[in-house]
Amino acid sequence: MKNFIISQAPHIHSDNTTRKLMRDVIIALLPAALVSVYFMGFPVLYMILISIGSAVLFEYLIKKFVMKTKPTVNDLSAVVTGLLLGLNLPPATPLWVVIIGSFVAIAIAKMTFGGLGQNIWNPALVGRVFLLISFPVFLTNWSYDIPSWISSVDAFSGATPLGLIKEGLAGGSSVQDLIAANPQLSNSQMFLAKSGGSAGEVSAIALILGFIYLLIRKVIKPHITLSILVTVFVFSGIFWLSDPTQYMDPIFNLLSGGLLLGSIFMATDYVTSPMNPKAQIVYGVGIGVLTVLIRLFGSYPEGVSFAILIMNSIVPLLNKYMKPKRFGRVK
Amino acid sequence: MINIIIYTVVTLSVLGLLLALVLFLIARKFKVEEDPRIDQIEAIMPGANCGGCGFAGCRAFSENVVKATSLDGFFCPVGGNEVMKKVAATMGYAVEENVPKIAVVRCNGTCEARPKTSVYDGISSCKVIKTLYQGDTGCKYGCFGQGDCVEACVFNALKMNTETGLPEVNEDNCVACGACVKACPQGIIELRNKGMKNRRVYVACMNQDKGGVARKACANACIGCKKCEQVCPFDAIKVENFLSYIDYDKCRLCRKCVDVCPTGAILTDNFPLKKKLEINHAEVNPIGVNHAEVKSIAIKQESKKMEA
Amino acid sequence: MKTFRMGGVHPHDDKISKNATIEIFPPLDKAYISMSQHIGAPAKPIVKVGDYVKVGQLIGEKAGFISANIHSSVSGTVTAIKPYADLAGKMVNTIFIDVEGDEWEEKIDRSPELAKEIRFNKEEIIKRIEECGIVGMGGASFPTNVKLSPPPGKIAEFLIINGVECEPYLTSDYRMMMEYPDEILVGASILMKALDVKKGFIAIEENKREAIELLKSKQEDYPGIKIVPLKKKYPQGGEKQLIDAVVGRQVPSKGLPIDAGAVVQNCATAFAVYEAVQKHKPLFEGVITITGLHAPAQKNYKLRVGTPLEKVAEYAGGIPDSVAKLISGGPMMGKAIFNMSAASVKSSSSILMFTKEETIRKEESNCIRCGKCIEACPMGLEPYMLYKLAKTKDYDQLEKDLVYDCIECGCCLYTCPANIPLLDLIRVAKSDVMGIIKSRPKK
Repeated sequence: MKNFIISQAPHIHSDNTTRKLMRDVIIALLPAALVSVYFMGFPVLYMILISIGSAVLFEYLIKKFVMKTKPTVNDLSAVVTGLLLGLNLPPATPLWVVIIGSFVAIAIAKMTFGGLGQNIWNPALVGRVFLLISFPVFLTNWSYDIPSWISSVDAFSGATPLGLIKEGLAGGSSVQDLIAANPQLSNSQMFLAKSGGSAGEVSAIALILGFIYLLIRKVIKPHITLSILVTVFVFSGIFWLSDPTQYMDPIFNLLSGGLLLGSIFMATDYVTSPMNPKAQIVYGVGIGVLTVLIRLFGSYPEGVSFAILIMNSIVPLLNKYMKPKRFGRVK
Repeated sequence: MINIIIYTVVTLSVLGLLLALVLFLIARKFKVEEDPRIDQIEAIMPGANCGGCGFAGCRAFSENVVKATSLDGFFCPVGGNEVMKKVAATMGYAVEENVPKIAVVRCNGTCEARPKTSVYDGISSCKVIKTLYQGDTGCKYGCFGQGDCVEACVFNALKMNTETGLPEVNEDNCVACGACVKACPQGIIELRNKGMKNRRVYVACMNQDKGGVARKACANACIGCKKCEQVCPFDAIKVENFLSYIDYDKCRLCRKCVDVCPTGAILTDNFPLKKKLEINHAEVNPIGVNHAEVKSIAIKQESKKMEA
Repeated sequence: MKTFRMGGVHPHDDKISKNATIEIFPPLDKAYISMSQHIGAPAKPIVKVGDYVKVGQLIGEKAGFISANIHSSVSGTVTAIKPYADLAGKMVNTIFIDVEGDEWEEKIDRSPELAKEIRFNKEEIIKRIEECGIVGMGGASFPTNVKLSPPPGKIAEFLIINGVECEPYLTSDYRMMMEYPDEILVGASILMKALDVKKGFIAIEENKREAIELLKSKQEDYPGIKIVPLKKKYPQGGEKQLIDAVVGRQVPSKGLPIDAGAVVQNCATAFAVYEAVQKHKPLFEGVITITGLHAPAQKNYKLRVGTPLEKVAEYAGGIPDSVAKLISGGPMMGKAIFNMSAASVKSSSSILMFTKEETIRKEESNCIRCGKCIEACPMGLEPYMLYKLAKTKDYDQLEKDLVYDCIECGCCLYTCPANIPLLDLIRVAKSDVMGIIKSRPKK
C-alpha cells in the first residue's frame, strides 16, 4: 500500500509568493528608474546598482553569520529596499555614502528587529533620513553633470523645486515671482520630468504608471495612496486659497518632492503600513497632514519621509483599534 | 557664567529632592499590607516561575502557602525537598519528603522500528496531528515526533533526536514539573520515580492493540504476552489491554522482566552495560534478526542513555 | 450578478469531470455500512448477525434528537457488527453485509415517472424525511428533519437550495441538476411546504450555465421558486455567504441561518427528499465524483453506501503511481484519505487524485503583513492575528477577536504569500476556545 500524503485542508494553494509580490514592485519601479537614468545619466545607474547590491549583500551576511539562519535574499525584499533607497537619493551622492545608507536600512532598520516582516519603520526611509541627518551636504546637493545627449538644458542644476520655493519665500519673493523666474516650477514641466530632485522624483508619469501596474496586479489597494494624495491636495489647497502669494497651488504640492514616490511605493510597504482598510485611510490622512505641515512650517523643504516614519510608529495602534468590518455584526 | 552653573545645580537638586519626597510619601500611603512571610518564602523559592507546583509562579505559590494551614499538596518540583524543608521551617509546619521524580518517554517507536504508513505534510505540531488522524505510522498510540513536549519544556530538558524521531530527556535538567506531560496529546510522557542511583525500568510502549497488530506496526511494541508479569518477583507488573505497565513504587530494578521480553519493549536507564543482556535479546527474539545487528542496536541504545 | 460582500478567493475551478454523466456503480459483493454517517450520536444497530436484510430496510435506528436512521443499501446477510476504520483511521461501529442479489423493500416505488403532486402535509413530510434518514448531502451531514423544525420563536422565511458547488473539481451536484432537474425542483417544493415558506431560491454559480438554463426553463411550473445565478467565487457555497448573496442578509455572529430567516439545503438533499417523500425511498445512495488532473478517467458514479473506496478507485481505472494524495470532498475543505479500505457514507462526494506537485505545502517564511488574508476572509476576521494569538495560546483575546466565527473555509491559508499554515492552528484554537465557552457555567 502506498504511503499517501495526509494534511489538513486546504490542499491547494494559490501561486502568491512573497517573491512574486516583491518582483511586481520592482517592475513597477522600473519606469521611474529608467526615466531617471535617461535624464540624469549613468551615475544614477551606478548608484542604484550599488544600493541594491550592498543591501542584498548585507542581508545575506547578517542572516548567515549573525542570525545563523538560512539566508532569504531570494524573496527579493532586500532588492526592493535597495532600489527604493537608491531612487530616494540625490543623483550625485558619493557611492560610499550610499553603502552606509544601505547598511543602516538593512542591518539596523530591518535585521535588528528580526528580519522581514518584523520592522516597524520603513527601512529605505530610515536609511535616507539617517543620511540626511548625518551627511546634510551630500544629501542636499542636487547638481550633477548633465549627460551630453540632453540639450534642453539649464533646468537641471541647482535646487529641487521645493527647495527653491522655500528659500525664495524666506527671501521675500512671492510665489508668482518665483514661478516667473524658474520655468521648471511649472506644473507641466514637473509632470513630464524636467525638474530636479532625487532620482525617483523626476517623472510623475512614470510613477503613476507604476501605480497602475501595482493596482492591476493586485499588489496594493488604492486606499493609502489616494488618501495621502487627497489629503495633501485638500490641506495645501486650503492654505493656497487663503493666500496664493505665499503658498504654492495644490497640484504643485502633489507633483513635487517625493510625494508621489512616497505615497505609491514607500507608504504602501506591507510591513510598515496598516492592514485594515479603515486604518489605512487614517494612516494616509495622517501622512498627508504631516507632509504639508512640515513643508510649509518646518525647516526642511521636504516632509514626506518624516511624515511616513512618524505614522509608521502608530501603525500597531491603528491595527489594534481599527478592526475590519466583521460578518454578521450589527453596528 | 559660574552663576548659571550654580543655578542649574541648585534647581535640579531641589527638584530631585522634592520628587523623591513625593515618591516616598506615595509609596508609604499606597503600600499594600502583606504578610511578611510571603516575601520570606518567595526569597527561598527558585524563581523559575514554571508553574510545576500548580500555581501561577513562585509568588502565587508563596501567597497560597501563607494562606494554607498545612503544607499538604504543596511541592515545588524545581526546588525539591531542600526548598520545601526551608519553607516548612519558615511557616512552622511539617513537611513530608517527596520521592524525586523524572519525566520518562514511554515510547521506543524509532524510525527504524516503526515504519511510516503515510507522509504528514503540515504544521509541526503533535496536537494538530492528533486532531487530524492517527499519525504517520501504523501505531496510533505512539509518539508523533513533532516536539510539542520539547517546546513546552522551560528547563531545556527535552531534545528531539532526529535519528530516532523520539524526544530524549536530559536527566540533569529535568525537574519533573509536568509541563511535557500536559503537552503530549498521546499521554506518552510519565513522571516516574528517579530511582535508586538514578536507575529505572519501564515499559516503553503505549500500544493497546492486539499483539499481532502492534508488532506489525512497530518492532519494539509490547504485544501483551504477559511473560514480564509472570516473572516479576515483586508483583510490580500488570498487563491490561495487551499492554504491560510497571509500577515504579514496587519495582526493585532486578531486570528479570527485561530479560524475558521478546520484543525488547522494556527499557532500562543508567544501568551498566551487561553483555549477557544482548545475547538473551537475540536468542528470544522470534523474528530471527541478525544477532550482531540486534546487539549493536541494543548497545547503542544503552550508551545513548548513559550519555544523555 | 449577485455575490457575497466580504472576502473570497478565486481558485481555478477545474471542472474537468463536468461532462461525465452519472453511471450506476456495479453491484458489490460486500458492504460495510457505518453507523456514524451524520453529525450527532451514531445510530444503534437493530439487526443481528445472521439476519437477512433487504435494500432500503432500516438497520440502524437514530439514537437521540440529533441523529439519523440508517438503511441498508444492499440485500444480503449480516455477517458482523463491529468497529471498522473510517477514512481517517478512526474506528466506527459498522454493519458488515454479504451481498445476495438486489431485493428491495416492497414499499419503495421504483418507477421512473416524475411524481409532481405533493400529497402530504407539513408534519407528514418532516416525519417521512426523518424516517428515511435524510441528512445534508453537502458534506456536513446534518439530519434534515432537525433543520426543518426550527426552535420556537424562529421563523423561516426563505428556502435556499445550494446548487453552487464552489469547490474546484467537484461536479456531482452539477450532474444531478442536469440529469434530475424536475426531481430537484419537486424536492425544493416539498421542502418549502415543510417549512411553510412561500419563497424558494435555487442558487447556481455562473460556471454552470447549462444547469442555470435548464432549471430556468422549468421554473414556471414550480410556483415560488426562482433560479439565482451567482458570481463564481469561493466560498460562495458556505451557508452564511449564500444567504448574504441571495437575500442580502448576514447571519449574526455566533448564530445559525435560521436567525436570518433562511434554511439552506444542498440540491442533492432536495433530490433525496423527493425520493423519500414521493417514492418512499430511504437515503442509501449518492453521487460520487472521481476526478483530478492525473486521474485515469473522469467519472461520476451513483454509489450505494458501504462501498469500499478502494473498489471505487479500482473500477474507475485505478490509482496511478504519480498520485500522492487522495481527498474525500473538495480541495479546499475536504479530508485527506488515509485508509482506502474505508467504506463510502451518505455524504461521500468525491475522490480527488492529486500528485505531489499539485498539493505539497511550500516552505513557510516570515509574515510580511500584506493583509491578503484579511482581504480573503469571508467572515471579516484577521487570520494573521488569530494565528499569532493561537501560537501564544491567548484564549481571552482569541475570543474577543471572534475566532468562533471562523467557518474554516481555508481562504486565508490559500492566499498567504508566505505559506504560513494559518488555518491549521486557528482550527485548533477555535475548538479550544469553543470548549472553554461551553464549559462556562450558564448564567
